[in-house]
Amino acid sequence: MSELTLTVMRLGFLAVLWLFVIVAVQVIRSDLFGTRVTQRGSRREAQRPQQAAARQSAPPPQRQQATPSGGGGRQRRGAPTKLVVSEGILTGTTVALQGQTITLGRAHDSTIVLDDDYASSRHARIYPDRDGQWIVEDLGSTNGTYLDRTRLTTPTPVPLGAPIRIGKTVIELRK
Amino acid sequence: MSSTSNTSTHHTSTIGSIGTPSRRNTELALLVFAVVIPVFAYANVGLAINDSVPPGLLSYGLGLGLLAGVGHIVVRKFAPYADPLLLPLATLLNGIGLVVIWRLDQSKRLQAASTFVEAAPRQLLYSALGVALFVIVLVFLKDHRVLQRYTYISMVGALILLLLPLVPGLGLNVFGARIWISIAGFTIQPGEFAKIVLAIFFAGYLMVKRDALALASRRFMGIYLPRGRDLGPIIVVWIISILILVFETDLGTSLLFFGMFVIMLYVATERTSWIVFGMLMSAAGAVGVASFESHVQQRVQAWLDPMREYELSQQGVIGHTEQSMQALWAFGSGGTLGTGLGQGNSDLIGFAANSDFILATFGEELGLAGVMAILLMYGLIVERGVRTALAARDPFGKLLAIGLSGAFALQVFVVAGGVMGLIPLTGMTMPFLAYGGSSVIANWALIGILIRISDTARRPAPAPAPNPDAEMTQVVRP
Repeated sequence: MSELTLTVMRLGFLAVLWLFVIVAVQVIRSDLFGTRVTQRGSRREAQRPQQAAARQSAPPPQRQQATPSGGGGRQRRGAPTKLVVSEGILTGTTVALQGQTITLGRAHDSTIVLDDDYASSRHARIYPDRDGQWIVEDLGSTNGTYLDRTRLTTPTPVPLGAPIRIGKTVIELRK
Repeated sequence: MSSTSNTSTHHTSTIGSIGTPSRRNTELALLVFAVVIPVFAYANVGLAINDSVPPGLLSYGLGLGLLAGVGHIVVRKFAPYADPLLLPLATLLNGIGLVVIWRLDQSKRLQAASTFVEAAPRQLLYSALGVALFVIVLVFLKDHRVLQRYTYISMVGALILLLLPLVPGLGLNVFGARIWISIAGFTIQPGEFAKIVLAIFFAGYLMVKRDALALASRRFMGIYLPRGRDLGPIIVVWIISILILVFETDLGTSLLFFGMFVIMLYVATERTSWIVFGMLMSAAGAVGVASFESHVQQRVQAWLDPMREYELSQQGVIGHTEQSMQALWAFGSGGTLGTGLGQGNSDLIGFAANSDFILATFGEELGLAGVMAILLMYGLIVERGVRTALAARDPFGKLLAIGLSGAFALQVFVVAGGVMGLIPLTGMTMPFLAYGGSSVIANWALIGILIRISDTARRPAPAPAPNPDAEMTQVVRP
């Protein structure tokens, strides 16, 4: 067998070996994070949040807030990046805002579980609207959700730093 | 209002564990890839050695494809959410290992040896048995938590397996190490199976005891010192591994078991002090035993000065080995891109070229680039195991997955480090690559258990139970 053929085969074999490794690593990429926020009702979209955020080839049903990790350049100026609990038992807890809905309440599957007798099981939720503006909505709670001093009756946009009060807990959005 | 009710279906989020998609088709695609690469390697070896495509190419490809296909179908049926990478990686390593073993079978130098037997057909048989055990594990082990019931039975089983080679008449002393037994013409290395059984015992034991081990400790000079009585188990395991070292003169196995225990202890308790203790104890044990055990001393000398060992063995002095130096030369002559499959001289290593030293053949014929790819594949298997442990929802599954992948990683490290001269050489086999029935079969079982755990871990969580704290919300009275 000619020297050339063997050399080509040798290099070709190394190439396919590495190709396999690279493909395997690509497969891992989508699993890199141990927990992820899945969105019910839009499974296909939830399966690949990173690719969807990165490519935008198919517009997702709800435009997602640019994630802090995914696209720093597309971050809107003045958009909040985290939700901070500023009063109550959970003081100091922060949740990164990555375009997901944040639910608050006593129910165990809430994003922020409020251990508070004055909170309802599903008390309120905070979600981004189509323009990336964060909206707080009271989910028919018993004692109501307050933005500053006003009790919410309709979904209301949340300004940066405005206190949202639920029972004994106060949360706010920060940059 | 309609838009908000629409968003509520889209944006009710839960934080769950990874991977709702089953990824079976990804696995299938990777498996096809993993079968094609060894077939390519096989053709390459045939062309390089005999100037012709080997006659068994088709049957080899079909055989490997059949094994992979059976594995895939069983995973699809019995573990649909399992990790997509473990099976293809294991298949590829096994396939390439088969090719290189076959390549060493073609070597004229090795054929001249009196003890020569065709190893590749046997290895193919062992691989088939391994895949059969893999299938059995997946079919009959519906839930890995069942293994937790057999914690102490596993301990007894592991001890019996470890002690079997010492039984007179059953154990075999092969080149200084008593780690084989002989039953009905087959030689079995029980240590390979003991690895899995012992991981089950450690996982079950540590799950129950970890709080005592983690919390009852005194802080001293920045590290946590465990209480004396909690040190008991680690000392027992240490003594057992030292005994293995003394009576079976197998450094690798004892390092493997002790290392696995320390890894699992660390994961269970999150105490760095265990790692420190473990390192100190294994170092003390190894040095202590090496001071009087001649077999271990030889290995250490071959590690410290392989060239002198080589010269002594060329002069015909008994008890010296040329293999370590030959292996280093093989790696060296491979260079970055290697000499090409079938075109190296790694068969000069002679005895054990296709088992303990198989990595040297890879080093010579595929070069640094190839060995790095192989090591990365091992790394990926370990990574998937650790990822499975992270994603597992039950502590037993976590500990078992970390124990099995830790043992796998240690084994790769001990063998690769030994062959490359980083640590003294020990008589262990490279998982999946090396010739050796017990090793291949046991490692397929190990992969089977990891796939079972990862299936449980990645399965979508069942629907949340009705809210347990359905107490009434208190009303604020103004």
